[in-house]
Amino acid sequence: MIGNDIIFALSIRSVRLHFLRSVLAALGIVIGVVAIASIGMMGANMTLSVTEELSDMANKLTVTAYRGGGGGMMGGPGGGGNGGSSDDDAITEKEFKTIQRIVAKYGTTYTVMSESDRIEVGSKEGRATIYGLDAEIIRGILTVETGEYPKSTTSVVVGPTLAERLDLKIGSKIDIGDPDDGSTATVRVVGILEERGMSMDLSTDMAIVGTQKLFTGIYGGESEYDQVNVVVNDLNDIDAVTEAIEDELNRKEDTVTVQDSSRMMESITSTVSTMTTFVMAIAGISLLVAAVSIFNVMMMSVNERVREIGILRSIGTQRTEILRMFIYEAGILGLVGAVIGAIASIVIGYIVVLGMVGTAEYFFAPGSVVYVPMAMAVGAAICIITGVYPAWRASNLDPIEALRAE
Amino acid sequence: MISPVIELDDVKKVYPLPSGDVKALRGISLRIDEGEFVAIMGPSGSGKSTLLNQIGCLDRPTSGDLFLAGKNTREMDDRELTSLRLTSIGYIFQKFNLIPLLSAYENVEYPYIMKHRKNDDTGRVRDLLAQVGIDENLSAHKPSELSGGQQQRIAIARALVNDPAILLCDEPTGNLDSQTSLQIMEILAGLHGRGRTIVMVTHNPETAGYADRTITIRDGMVA
Repeated sequence: MIGNDIIFALSIRSVRLHFLRSVLAALGIVIGVVAIASIGMMGANMTLSVTEELSDMANKLTVTAYRGGGGGMMGGPGGGGNGGSSDDDAITEKEFKTIQRIVAKYGTTYTVMSESDRIEVGSKEGRATIYGLDAEIIRGILTVETGEYPKSTTSVVVGPTLAERLDLKIGSKIDIGDPDDGSTATVRVVGILEERGMSMDLSTDMAIVGTQKLFTGIYGGESEYDQVNVVVNDLNDIDAVTEAIEDELNRKEDTVTVQDSSRMMESITSTVSTMTTFVMAIAGISLLVAAVSIFNVMMMSVNERVREIGILRSIGTQRTEILRMFIYEAGILGLVGAVIGAIASIVIGYIVVLGMVGTAEYFFAPGSVVYVPMAMAVGAAICIITGVYPAWRASNLDPIEALRAE
Repeated sequence: MISPVIELDDVKKVYPLPSGDVKALRGISLRIDEGEFVAIMGPSGSGKSTLLNQIGCLDRPTSGDLFLAGKNTREMDDRELTSLRLTSIGYIFQKFNLIPLLSAYENVEYPYIMKHRKNDDTGRVRDLLAQVGIDENLSAHKPSELSGGQQQRIAIARALVNDPAILLCDEPTGNLDSQTSLQIMEILAGLHGRGRTIVMVTHNPETAGYADRTITIRDGMVA
């Protein structure tokens, strides 16, 4: 007994009759859907992860000396050679006081000294950012995971990534600076910081943090700061504070650059999104290959069934029904491929996201999983579109000619 | 007065070929009344199958008029002609032409579903299969699992399922042995006996002997 939609039943039976061929054609769609969905989800997860990290700093502003041009969009501290030695690249004590005065009613400010330098731990060498912060600020904004906060001018805390790479422990000694080029200092690790992730104000994971006295002892440049960080109490005041600082300090000429996290977020999101689109387009090529395979299978199906089409037409099957029969066949291949692809892309996508992003926390967020139905729709649509020409050809066969086919 | 169920008026069919036009039918006029059993005979290439294809609306005459149950098919589009093939014409082919993907039962039920848009819940398909000697066991088989005679019986049941006004047979026994041919012809004779209009193309005088009337075609014309 066959169902009322006998045309659909014929399509199903034709697919079943050529099971292996159909499976291979659908496999192309599976691969295409998995590629597009996984890459889409990976991009979305990267964006979501970065956005979440940066939104924690939405109430923070960084003020750096104006350097002309773009002023360093990602202008985190620690860029080589921009330490306290050059007046042009630093914020002066006077400027800091002005900022402090402006910000006073909105929140708090603190100064950051930073320098990227060569370091040596026993026989291991490397580079790290050295931060000089006020001792109270270190205690206030950074969290020590093991050990204690630095008290003297020879004690420092280090970021967890740096500690791991150089095998630093409480009590380890670090030689900072190049003996052939300027002054050097030996410091002792008294604490290891908690992981802080990527941040605009301070990136401490790969850094050494000490007091400003320690910093100026090595690099000089007292009362000159690489960066002033502002923490605003009310998020809604961010724009007002930015404007007020710029109005006051950049009135005659640009002397400072004020950055908030939204600009950084926009820049990162746009970069990730461009990259994701590009890689997805490459993955889309696999769907094109699948489309060619489906087209081939459909043309074979039409050519093998010319006589059957003739019989169907001769006993009263309309052209539109023949068209429908072959579109259904392509649709079945597309749908089966898309459904299997969707299931596989959830599994594979999860592994890819976990491996590439480091966390699958946002995997089931709407912005991420939306790529599964999207890739499914693209896969199924490509199949149906590919099936149109063979179906049209089949429906336009002359019944008598078709009946003569062997 | 008996009304003509098929009427051809100066029907011509020309196949344009690069080597020159082939005139398959050169002006055929004939009339077949309701309930008649007509055999069309003629040598190979005489145009008898072409004539049957015109009557069966599988092809269109190049000129002339073909009336089926009083309606001029010249004014019909492809959709209407297809619909006519489904509801008013039953076609029996020399090569049986069953749908290989469907079972015997489903082959007979197919035109019924296409016409009524639902499965047969009246038992008509089963009755017709029983009438042509196909039992329930056989009706579950695919055509490729059946003998030529069994396939032709199923084709007859399929042709009758929508109770068509005309039954067209193109060499219905051409692929069968003499014993099976006899059985098939007995079935057709029985249908004629119950008032069915039958037009049959054959080159076998014995088969043609079952008909009331024989029309001979030679070089695309009624001889």
